[in-house]
Amino acid sequence: MPSPDDIALMAHLMRRAGFGAPRAELEQRAAKGYAATVEELLNPGPEPGIDEDELVRYFPQFESSLAPVAAQTEWVYRMVNTRWPLQEKMALFWHQLFATGNSKVDNPPELSAQIAMFRREGLTTFPNLLVQLAQSPAMIYWLDNNGNHYGSINENWGRELLELFSMGVGHYSEDDIKEASRAFTGWTIGPKPPRQPLGRFYWSFDFIPSDHDYGEKHFLGHTGNFDGGDIIDIIVRQEDTARFLSRHLYNFFVADEPQVPAWNITPPNDPAAIDFLVQAYLDSGADIKAILRALFNSDFFQQARFAHIKSPAELVVGTARLAGNYNIPRTGFTALAFECNWQGQELMNPPSVESWHTGSEWIDGGALVRRVNFAAKLLSDTSLPGVQAILAGLKERGNLSPADFVRTCLDLAGPVQVDDGTFDELLAQAQQGGDISWDTDEQGQESQRRAGAMLAMIAATREYQFA
Amino acid sequence: MVATGKDPVLVVLQLSGANDYLNTVIPFTDPLYRDYRPNLGIPEGDIIRFTDDLGFHPSMGPVKDLWATGNLAIIHGIGYENSSRSHFRSMDIWHTCEPDQVGTEGWLGRVIRDLDPAGENVLKGVNFGQGLPRAMALRGVPVTSVSDLASYGVLTDVPAISAPEEREWMLELFSRVYSPAIGSGPVMDYLGQTGRDALKGADIIKTAPEQYSSTVEYADNPIAKSLRSVAQVHLANLGTQVFYTQYGSFDTHFNQLPTHAKLWTDVAGAVSDFFADLREHDAADNVTMLVFTEFGRRVQDNGTGCDHGRGGVAFAIGDRVKGGMYGQYPSLKAEDLIEGDLAPDYDFRGFYSTFAERWLGLDAKPIVGGQFEQLDFL
Repeated sequence: MPSPDDIALMAHLMRRAGFGAPRAELEQRAAKGYAATVEELLNPGPEPGIDEDELVRYFPQFESSLAPVAAQTEWVYRMVNTRWPLQEKMALFWHQLFATGNSKVDNPPELSAQIAMFRREGLTTFPNLLVQLAQSPAMIYWLDNNGNHYGSINENWGRELLELFSMGVGHYSEDDIKEASRAFTGWTIGPKPPRQPLGRFYWSFDFIPSDHDYGEKHFLGHTGNFDGGDIIDIIVRQEDTARFLSRHLYNFFVADEPQVPAWNITPPNDPAAIDFLVQAYLDSGADIKAILRALFNSDFFQQARFAHIKSPAELVVGTARLAGNYNIPRTGFTALAFECNWQGQELMNPPSVESWHTGSEWIDGGALVRRVNFAAKLLSDTSLPGVQAILAGLKERGNLSPADFVRTCLDLAGPVQVDDGTFDELLAQAQQGGDISWDTDEQGQESQRRAGAMLAMIAATREYQFA
Repeated sequence: MVATGKDPVLVVLQLSGANDYLNTVIPFTDPLYRDYRPNLGIPEGDIIRFTDDLGFHPSMGPVKDLWATGNLAIIHGIGYENSSRSHFRSMDIWHTCEPDQVGTEGWLGRVIRDLDPAGENVLKGVNFGQGLPRAMALRGVPVTSVSDLASYGVLTDVPAISAPEEREWMLELFSRVYSPAIGSGPVMDYLGQTGRDALKGADIIKTAPEQYSSTVEYADNPIAKSLRSVAQVHLANLGTQVFYTQYGSFDTHFNQLPTHAKLWTDVAGAVSDFFADLREHDAADNVTMLVFTEFGRRVQDNGTGCDHGRGGVAFAIGDRVKGGMYGQYPSLKAEDLIEGDLAPDYDFRGFYSTFAERWLGLDAKPIVGGQFEQLDFL
């Protein structure tokens, strides 16, 4: 039987490396052990994360739908139900880093294709991901590389590749941007067959040799007849790149950092942790799996409980997984997708190429009210299977004093770790109702109702906003 | 700035999905209109004429009344250079005033910041709808977003509780667990402040429907409901100066005739009822309404609808508005169209500037990102 500490640590790992897990899954995983679970998360098996045939059968409208919400709904379905949580979490990580938006691309199936690429390639190496990204038609269109021609460069992709996707501002020159842009000339979107009579075709990457600048380039101190792949090879060997990616991984998986625009003036919250991740990057040749293994097994990760404000996707998907009523194909997933939008994270439509600001910037008045109301509604609905599982766990402990009642609810709903002041307020509330008893049917019903209200309050706390 | 003695109020109504200019303000004497609209042309006898050569869509009777009383300004050919035919991109441009790059700050966010620099009133800007429109988004500017006024608030839908007194204790508990005494560090403080602000905003705004009574009976549709909510909050004198709401979808690629008619029946009725309601309460003189859409639609119809276009029409409505037409109806001649679309020749940022400066008394330049031609409807 895993100890409470093991459970709490496993819950932390699953909130970060996935979208949280209900109690039964935490116990199973904790019984296997922490390191073994990390390995399992890092090594998704050959079978897909969800049953793809089932998805098509129940949601035929998802394929090729031009409605943004269809693409968002499909992704939310995958996040809730994947058997490979880290694979899906990495797709979200890369999406938040390589922000590509429907506001310009105006083509949800192409964005879904890019997300599928992140899902497929997300645990490989950073150079591979950058090459895949440079060849992603949605990205090419988003950053105008289809307008980047031999003799007439468009710097948009070259600039953001360096500034936002790999090295960070201040570590390269304007000339480096121009030279990188030259190297990516001719990387474009291929001509598309007409829609009739076979229907819509996806965009494809195309390389046009006659539009490529084969001339000599000077880039970050190197000289050669570089093409895009060579530029990426040079970029990923820079320590600045290792540092930039490490800080992103830290911000996403470990604890909230200052926002990206402040990075060249504000040092990391935990410089030693960043140095450690940089070393893992350099030692492994930018192997994402190796860096994440080092991260999840580190002390600083394991100690960083509730140090990261959930993104809307994390809050919505995590709460839906806990409520346990979204684990089959059914209606209602569209509502979850809209909920992410309304809480401020329109998946596949970040506000700009600089992506969403994270941490406390997820929170404004409107978003907080939505977060609280959404989570409190689901977790206090005692008809839902996940909530019933919590109630069953509560009942197993038998009759409880108010303090044990509050502790057990916090434990089974997370465990959620709360401030002493919050605990005292919840306790004062519980004391008004006296002990929890299951002796008679009437008492059982009253206890169940009180548990629902307590779960609503737990979902409404500040602490629940953190992962 | 127009002097009313009361704080000026701006109500923004977004027609989402791209309203068809040609069938909203119809150039019925132009033979090209009939040529381009063999399937969508409105029969001449049904058009509500308001000049010798222009008429409103038959569903816009109440709009004609606003015109007749001199409270409606029609802004012709509005848009921006290199107009985007993407709904999402174009709406972003209208929301952020950034046609050349993807912007994140909303123009109304900047308006609200300038109206209330210290962020003292959490109800200075109120949106009725799901999620905050980008137009109102600006870091550090509190804005209240209400999906449904009747049920707005914190912890409104908790199945485990039903009795009102239980809800009361729950809200009390909420305010205590968000109190400054609990938690430490800037993030917990920020969350606490935001939670208390939200509770305060909800507490104040929910008093609005309780105080409200009116003889005006709004229709039963979402835009009527939204504008009734705007009226309720405005009449409660909570200091709100920017309201936002939207209606749609005007994206009539298909089956336009009945869809467009229904949409304009709803909008025209709701706007007319809204102003009648305010007048009944002697509260109309400090309110103007801005009505816009992201672009107009293609001149040539496609059979039963029409596709995305460029130049559009916008409206300013209110007692203080100098009614009339501003700008020229864009030419329908083939050589004047841009890829089959009406060419916009008036930049929407000038339209916004007119409201910002002449109505709200603010410096428009930083709000819309430059100097643009203002119009004399205010």
